[in-house]
Amino acid sequence: MTDEPLLRVRGLSKHFPVRQGLRATGLVRAVDGLDFDVRPGETLGLVGESGCGKTTTGRMLVRLLEPTSGSIEFDGRDITHAGRRELRPLRQELQIIFQDPYASLNPRHTVGRIVAMPLQVNGIKPPGGIKARVQELLELVGLNPEHYNRYPHEFSGGQRQRIGIARALALRPKLIVADEPVSALDVSIQAQVVNLLRDLQRELGLAFVFIAHDLAVVRHFCQRVAVMYLGRIVEIGDRADIYERPQHPYTRALLSAIPDVTQLGPAGRIRLTGDVPTPLDPPSGCRFRTRCWKAQDICATEEPALVPRDGGRQATACHFPEGEAVSTSPEPAGAGLVADAAVVAAEPAGRGVQANVEEVSS
Amino acid sequence: MDSSEPLPSGEPDDRPAVPAQRSDQDAYLRVDDLRVRFDTEDGVVRAVDGVSFAVERGHTLGIVGESGSGKSVTSLAILGLHDPKRTTITGEISVGGRQVVGLADEEVRRLRGRDMAMIFQDPLSALHPYYTVGRQIAEAYRVHHPKASRREARQRAVDMLDRVGIPQPARRFDQYPHEFSGGMRQRAMIAMSLVNDPALLIADEPTTALDVTVQAQILDLLADLQAEFHSAIILITHDLGVVGQVADDVLVMYGGRAVERGSVEQVLRAPQHPYTWGLLSSVPSLHGDADADLVPIPGNPPSLINLPSGCAFHPRCRYADRAGSRSRTEVPELRAAGADGHLVACHLSADERAAFYAEDIARVGVAV
Repeated sequence: MTDEPLLRVRGLSKHFPVRQGLRATGLVRAVDGLDFDVRPGETLGLVGESGCGKTTTGRMLVRLLEPTSGSIEFDGRDITHAGRRELRPLRQELQIIFQDPYASLNPRHTVGRIVAMPLQVNGIKPPGGIKARVQELLELVGLNPEHYNRYPHEFSGGQRQRIGIARALALRPKLIVADEPVSALDVSIQAQVVNLLRDLQRELGLAFVFIAHDLAVVRHFCQRVAVMYLGRIVEIGDRADIYERPQHPYTRALLSAIPDVTQLGPAGRIRLTGDVPTPLDPPSGCRFRTRCWKAQDICATEEPALVPRDGGRQATACHFPEGEAVSTSPEPAGAGLVADAAVVAAEPAGRGVQANVEEVSS
Repeated sequence: MDSSEPLPSGEPDDRPAVPAQRSDQDAYLRVDDLRVRFDTEDGVVRAVDGVSFAVERGHTLGIVGESGSGKSVTSLAILGLHDPKRTTITGEISVGGRQVVGLADEEVRRLRGRDMAMIFQDPLSALHPYYTVGRQIAEAYRVHHPKASRREARQRAVDMLDRVGIPQPARRFDQYPHEFSGGMRQRAMIAMSLVNDPALLIADEPTTALDVTVQAQILDLLADLQAEFHSAIILITHDLGVVGQVADDVLVMYGGRAVERGSVEQVLRAPQHPYTWGLLSSVPSLHGDADADLVPIPGNPPSLINLPSGCAFHPRCRYADRAGSRSRTEVPELRAAGADGHLVACHLSADERAAFYAEDIARVGVAV
């Protein structure tokens, strides 16, 4: 593995115009200035709640959506605005797995035809013939190669997702964008597919951009994690950084909101009030400030930059990041501090906690 | 151990199967040997096949299961929402002492909304898009309070919106569902279901469509409201984490039957059924070794039209062979499993289960 990134994203943005009749009345800033790298063989998780822009980002990466601004470099080539013809050779190296295993497979095509399609479209003639290659792929993802002639409806949800994975692997890609690949599946099947993706990632040395709302799944799959909120990355770091030493208040709140089977009863959680604001009119300054218990005047006026800490692997966009002492391991040391008080319940987030904020950051 | 041997007597397994729970007498809802069958073109579907449980006021029962386990069908049967032309329901469902099975539509309708109410997974499709949120809540009130004036109903609806934490309730009353965010819509649904003070609330995956931070808010709200109104709650979910957080008792369903039942401590901390083990070990956790593989349950959930013989879980069970041919021929009954009130439907003996649990399951670090 070289240090040269396979995927280099800089200032990536996607703004959708909102129209009423013929007039454009606003802009939805779905994704607003993302910077990140993915190295060969690395798995990056993009996590966040609905509307944070993670799916839009995934679609721009595989060029299903045209970015408004910024750049995407793949394997040293700028593909930000590459046309169909330029993209063709790239498509082999850059694939996507979709969320819905029902909608993403053509019901009128046999599994064999579905998995063979990328080979045929790209005019690839594998040494042993297309059928042999397809059967090899089916076997690789744990399906019976003899089911080559069956139709998608004859398979369960988990098996369909495997078909989608086989199709994505057909061209031996270097990078796979997986958009919520397991969230439509039953719990017991979800684990099967996560394990399969892990095995493939290790065996084939694939790089992944893994988009998910489930932080526990991401923890089991990704080496690096980027947390998104309203179109921006608020924190990015190695898995251990994000899960054990989260520095952004939103990352902490997100982690503490997840009900964990190993903890019975009401947990000492950080409660965020309200919903995510609309990306049509995001809050000024730091976009998280309307729900943040640490917000102060500066948060409304100045947008915090994504600043690297601890030698550069972890970066946090916050004016008042957590100190390193804070941990979210089973008994959250710092969580009680904020979870408790009326702090988080107070609608205009802020004032009351100032004392605590100082306590933490000093 | 030779599996054809009868179980050694004196073991907890050998105590006779107990149909309902300890708290039976005080229970507001009692379900006894519920069976729900649908006649379809492809054959008879036994969606629920002999399920019993009870819920007292002030308590929460979590029903856990995957798709096709019968968990939602059970809740619809309690509410009397199945089409009687296509559905055969037998067994007993008693709500506040009244028998629901076999009750005329008109009478069930009187119970529904007043004594028992439901919160659905998707508030956007459960709320009517053409009417304002407030009007729908007020209407739910007036149906059961025919003497209430429009103004009284409006006031009641505004109070409920306020109670569930919707800011500016009087203004929100006149808005349409599409003007509410996902979390707010679910709050409005909860307001509507509670407008008549029902003693029994059935929540079918109430937070599955919501983001985690909003899910945490809604679960807190349900707990607060339960403390205030002392309602019995059935929470149907696939998320064991949610169950661990809010439920008092847990019922695990598989293929239309109850496979394990007990307090939340018993089921999540000392699970007895191999299916429950499997569920627990497939869930990725925020703690423990992130590099360890998850331990999934092999295979797929069964189709209800073509349920495996004997124990429906046997094709996916790692230990099916240990129970010998019985696992394929005999449906295991729910029996006492050690601790008081803990029931399991499994052919394995208590000793075998304890041994497998210690060796195989505790090792992977779930259910500490």
